[in-house]
Amino acid sequence: MTVTLILLAMGLGLAGWLAARARAVAFRSAHGVRAMKSLPQYHAWYVALWIIIPLAIFIVIWSNLAPQLVLQSVLSSPAAADLPQFDFQRRTILNEAAALATGRSATAYNAEARALAEPFREAISQTRMTGIAIALIIGLAGGAWSFLRLRPDFSARTRVERTVMVILLCASLVAILTTLGILVSLTFETIRFFGMVSPVDFLFGTHWGPDPMSDPAHADPTRYGAIPLFWGTIFIGAIIAMIVAIPLGLMSAIYLTQYAAPRWRTWLKPMLEILAGVPTVVYGYFAALTVAPAIRDWATAIGISNASSESALAAGVVMGVMIIPFVSSMADDSIAAVPQAMRDGSLAMGATTAETIKRVLVPAALPGIVAGVMLAISRAIGETMIVVMAAGAAANLSANPLEAMTTVTFQIVAMLTGEGSFDHPATLSAFALGFVLFLVTLALNFIALRVVKRFREAYD
Amino acid sequence: MVSNQPTETMVPVKEASALPSDLTPKMSARDVSVFYGEKRAIDSVSIDIETRYVTAFIGPSGCGKSTFLRALNRMNDTIPSARVTGEIRLDGVDIGTMDVVQLRARVGMVFQKPNPFPKSIYENIAYGPRIHGLAENKADLDEIVQRSLERAGLWNEVKDRLIDSGTALSGGQQQRLCIARAIAVDPEVILMDEPCSALDPIATAKIEELIDELRGRYAIIIVTHSMQQAARVSQRTAFFHLGEMVEYGSTSDIFTNPVKERTKDYITGRYG
Ligand SMILES: Nc1ncnc2c1ncn2[C@@H]1O[C@H](COP(=O)(O)OP(=O)(O)OP(=O)(O)O)[C@@H](O)[C@H]1O
Ligand SMILES: [Mg+2]
Repeated sequence: MTVTLILLAMGLGLAGWLAARARAVAFRSAHGVRAMKSLPQYHAWYVALWIIIPLAIFIVIWSNLAPQLVLQSVLSSPAAADLPQFDFQRRTILNEAAALATGRSATAYNAEARALAEPFREAISQTRMTGIAIALIIGLAGGAWSFLRLRPDFSARTRVERTVMVILLCASLVAILTTLGILVSLTFETIRFFGMVSPVDFLFGTHWGPDPMSDPAHADPTRYGAIPLFWGTIFIGAIIAMIVAIPLGLMSAIYLTQYAAPRWRTWLKPMLEILAGVPTVVYGYFAALTVAPAIRDWATAIGISNASSESALAAGVVMGVMIIPFVSSMADDSIAAVPQAMRDGSLAMGATTAETIKRVLVPAALPGIVAGVMLAISRAIGETMIVVMAAGAAANLSANPLEAMTTVTFQIVAMLTGEGSFDHPATLSAFALGFVLFLVTLALNFIALRVVKRFREAYD
Repeated sequence: MVSNQPTETMVPVKEASALPSDLTPKMSARDVSVFYGEKRAIDSVSIDIETRYVTAFIGPSGCGKSTFLRALNRMNDTIPSARVTGEIRLDGVDIGTMDVVQLRARVGMVFQKPNPFPKSIYENIAYGPRIHGLAENKADLDEIVQRSLERAGLWNEVKDRLIDSGTALSGGQQQRLCIARAIAVDPEVILMDEPCSALDPIATAKIEELIDELRGRYAIIIVTHSMQQAARVSQRTAFFHLGEMVEYGSTSDIFTNPVKERTKDYITGRYG
């Protein structure tokens, strides 16, 4: 159905394009090149857009509307009178009938469904004819109207330009609106949660252990203290991971910008960036199956008997490796942005390359490096898969990296996929956690962008 | 080969007394060629640079003045495609065999565009003394900083704002800061590549005055596009053209009585 309409729109569009172009070419040979305000293909696109855009809007509306129309006409048919009133059965039968009518299945379990198949088929073909007819009218009307406006001095070019701009604007609005939508729904659910558990208990409590089976009306606020989660998140994402990622990222950036021969650089830089493209699940396996047992064995070997097989250290280290490219590519860019004149100035003073890096390049690039680290932290604390697989579920408030720890993201997953009903405070707590995480990463990103901007201005 | 006397590649000077040929040259280049990849930017240049003189390098754009200047403190080492052949000596020692850090401490450089570090004025000057360990303590360092700024004629303008960023100074002040930075490590030779081309006439006059004062202590080489500037500040002038050094002699001779036709054409503004 929709496919037919899309093909129709494309066909009409193409026809309009060709016709308009032919007309514009005719104008050109009649009036001369000078008389034309726009090239023939702008005339062509002008008409084509006038056909395609209204049709596209129509197709979107129609594809949502058509099933309703079909259903309505089926329900008004005499065979529908036998349908049971009970909603679930009714829906099953209707679905079966629809499957029969469209040929998705050959037989139906319910006799009523078989009886309804024929009206369904009729309704579908009728709706299809209506849709095609309306589409034809819209397409021809748009095409004819725009075609008649074509003149040698018609400025089709500016109009096409403007339309393209509007299309681009709509595309970018989609992303912005999505973000807003996320924020609004998060806020809404968070407010519901805070109606059951006070923000003070949530933000400052030190015990985390929501019970999804408890009575939703009487949430126990002492079980919703999120401090252990915040601590686990910071300890794994901002401390352990950064201890790994900052030195390694910075050193690889320095090596790549200052020491690596260009030929090596063209190989090494993409290889490093591949790290960022590895699916986090794969890192999760690696953390859970390789790194965590290795750390436990090592801990046992040096005499720590109670080392668990899930540890903050394993998750943090692997996460650190994962975000090396974030740190290194920002550091790389900002070191490379330090003017060559600084480097020359230092070398000409008799400084070695290492001294130049330490005393001139890194200090000058520091804002960019800091911004990179902040972006990396915001990436790390939002990371889920690795902690789900390697860090454990126990909400521990401990500074021992060998212990299992849990994070905000882990608990969001656990609460949303748990057996609590959707309006239970345990489930809703996931939104509150998400909200806090969202605010923190937003703040980190915002600060990082500001820092980068200030630093860009420093050399211009 | 150590050469105390001018070789035949040098253009003989008419006024023998103008050249202190009794002195050992501070720097001497013999048959120096510089290549960028396969391209030859400098073709067998031989020259002696005397101390306590300002030597000007003049010549049309692209003739290789900067390239040759950068060969003198091995700054060309930082360009991967650059290759230098021939022999350059500092006080008779081949600079190719010297530690490049030591060489650059003795042969300082000032660039065309002022390039102070984005640090305080004090730290800019203290940079060289720190990396070369020239100061025993803070008082020593303060003293070096003050002396360098005084010699660069900048002390009175900045003495109350030593902690301000060096990049916050005016262009002319920045360039004098760079000169102060270069002399803070007590070099023997100072190379200046068009140090005034980014400055207005007043700042230029200040720098020229400064160069004249510094001349008593150092060997100074200045690349310039301004014939007037060369005539004002230098005692020796070398004319470069298409990678060759066409003529070298006392500035007054080069400007009033050039031997080579090409020099005469350039001086009189027939090209370049
Ligand atoms: N890094 C480089 N790589 C390749 N070729 C270079 C490089 N630097 C300079 N050259 C070439 O070497 C030649 C000499 O350049 P150089 O900069 O020494 O000229 P110059 O006399 O200083 O000119 P100007 O007066 O314009 O500064 C030019 O042809 C230039 O294109
Ligand atoms: Mg130059």
